Amino acid sequence: MDVLTENADVFVKGFFVTFQICILAAIGALLLGTVLAAMRISPIPPLRWLGTAYVTVVRNTPLTIVFFFMAFGMPELGSNADFLRIPLLDKLFVRLGTDIPFFRFAIVALTVYTAAFVCEALRAGVNAVQPGQSEAGRSLGLTFLQNLRLIVLPQAGQATVVPLGSVIIAMIKNSALAGAFGVVGDLFQTSDQLTSAQGYGAIPVFIGVAAGYLILTVPLGLSLDRIERRQAVSR
Amino acid sequence: MSEASVLYDNPGPRTRRNILIGSVVFGVLAVAGLYFFVYLPLDENGQFDAEKWAPLVDPGNEDFADVWSLLGQGFQNTLIAAVLAIVASLVLGTLLAILRFRLKELAHGPRGSTAGRQTFLGLAWVLNLISRVFVEFFRGLPVLLTIFFVARILPEYGVDLSPRLFLVIGLALYNMVVIGEILRSGMANLPPGQKEAADAIGLSGLQTALTILLPQAFRIMLPALISQIVVVLKDTSLGFIISYLEALRMGQFIIQELGNPIQVYVVIAVIYIAVNYAVSRLAVYVQRRVARGRKTPPGAEVPDVTKPTPLAGAPAGEGGAAVG
Repeated sequence: MDVLTENADVFVKGFFVTFQICILAAIGALLLGTVLAAMRISPIPPLRWLGTAYVTVVRNTPLTIVFFFMAFGMPELGSNADFLRIPLLDKLFVRLGTDIPFFRFAIVALTVYTAAFVCEALRAGVNAVQPGQSEAGRSLGLTFLQNLRLIVLPQAGQATVVPLGSVIIAMIKNSALAGAFGVVGDLFQTSDQLTSAQGYGAIPVFIGVAAGYLILTVPLGLSLDRIERRQAVSR
Repeated sequence: MSEASVLYDNPGPRTRRNILIGSVVFGVLAVAGLYFFVYLPLDENGQFDAEKWAPLVDPGNEDFADVWSLLGQGFQNTLIAAVLAIVASLVLGTLLAILRFRLKELAHGPRGSTAGRQTFLGLAWVLNLISRVFVEFFRGLPVLLTIFFVARILPEYGVDLSPRLFLVIGLALYNMVVIGEILRSGMANLPPGQKEAADAIGLSGLQTALTILLPQAFRIMLPALISQIVVVLKDTSLGFIISYLEALRMGQFIIQELGNPIQVYVVIAVIYIAVNYAVSRLAVYVQRRVARGRKTPPGAEVPDVTKPTPLAGAPAGEGGAAVG
């Protein structure tokens, strides 16, 4: 158990690196996922096809392959994911080091993968609103945007909270793969480092790293359960 | 658009024209974007060169047979691990679901009258808590971490298995918990009349769970279970972390020899997508069948009490009709 006390700072650092990866990827995935969802429910066929193709391809590809594609593919496309070198970002996310290309690839990979699931959660939410609702809105003379803002989105939003939360939880867990791909210092890479290179016993390290992930996932999961139960009652 | 949409009315002539214009504009933009930002850079870097693709697609190439025998072996290993993990998680998940369901019933049910019964119920309460912690623990961890530490911890205790079994154990630990929770919530959300009827004809708690609730939960939750199978299939690719020779690992060997990462990963991804897409379509088909409900003979019309399932894919159109 000494490994936990001796390396407490390493675990804490790992936790924050994982946390920062998750924050950045979650923001990216929510943005990209919203755009994709808008494409998939737009009246313009090519946009719908593009959105559908993206979701089908990404959802059925293992995240591992998405990571490989980003690591090998983005340089070939002539990009080093430099768009992530936003001036304030490296000050805010000191531990992550967004100036290293590989970190940026990891965030892009997580974003690209999670966005497909975010898109589906949002789309399912909009589709769960009964057509009669907006038909009633239209017959009252609401314009398209009024209808969207006042009738559809509030109801869709409620139906979206729990699925979106599950997507984010899954993303937090998926972020472990970034460590396996050489993002130094996140929780998963920390566990590999401590057990392989420094020869600590596996069980104490496991407990320490597991605690790091559980702090992120379990409270989120429990609060989602609560929201779900409350929504079930209010319906 | 053919299907009724929440957002739009049926388009009139002017809207149809606008949609057509929009389609042309965005279609051209998309094609141009793909051409300039994807095709051209890849072409400039020689990613479409014959020498990079030939070993994968040209049967006449000298490496073709070797490459595909490696990939074939890899996918065979992937499938073996996936099938073992799916079977193990289904069996263990079902057991866990029944256990958790019964323990929860006992722990929150009426108190016993005799001292022996009270001890038994107290034990059930403790076991309920333990099983809950077990579920939350493995559900909250990345599968990658579970697999990695299964392969690290077990050998420390002299349990030295092949990477395949480590992978299967790791995948099963995670997925049995997920499947167990899917089934348990399926059982818990059945209409209460089912359980009451079973009580009335004198079935014991366990008999009720096994013969009345579980089969119905399976039927209702089948789409969710099939989606979970896609997840297991995808997660077998994590076996590379413990050097299991699955498809991706084999791909890495090929890449080391031939130096064509993008091409190899495209081929592997296409195979994965084809298999997973087929399984997902199956899930959609099953969901439609389940939503339509069991065939009841005409005249024996039964009101559909099982209707309000909390699944996101609940068909919106039918709901609207029911409300109207």
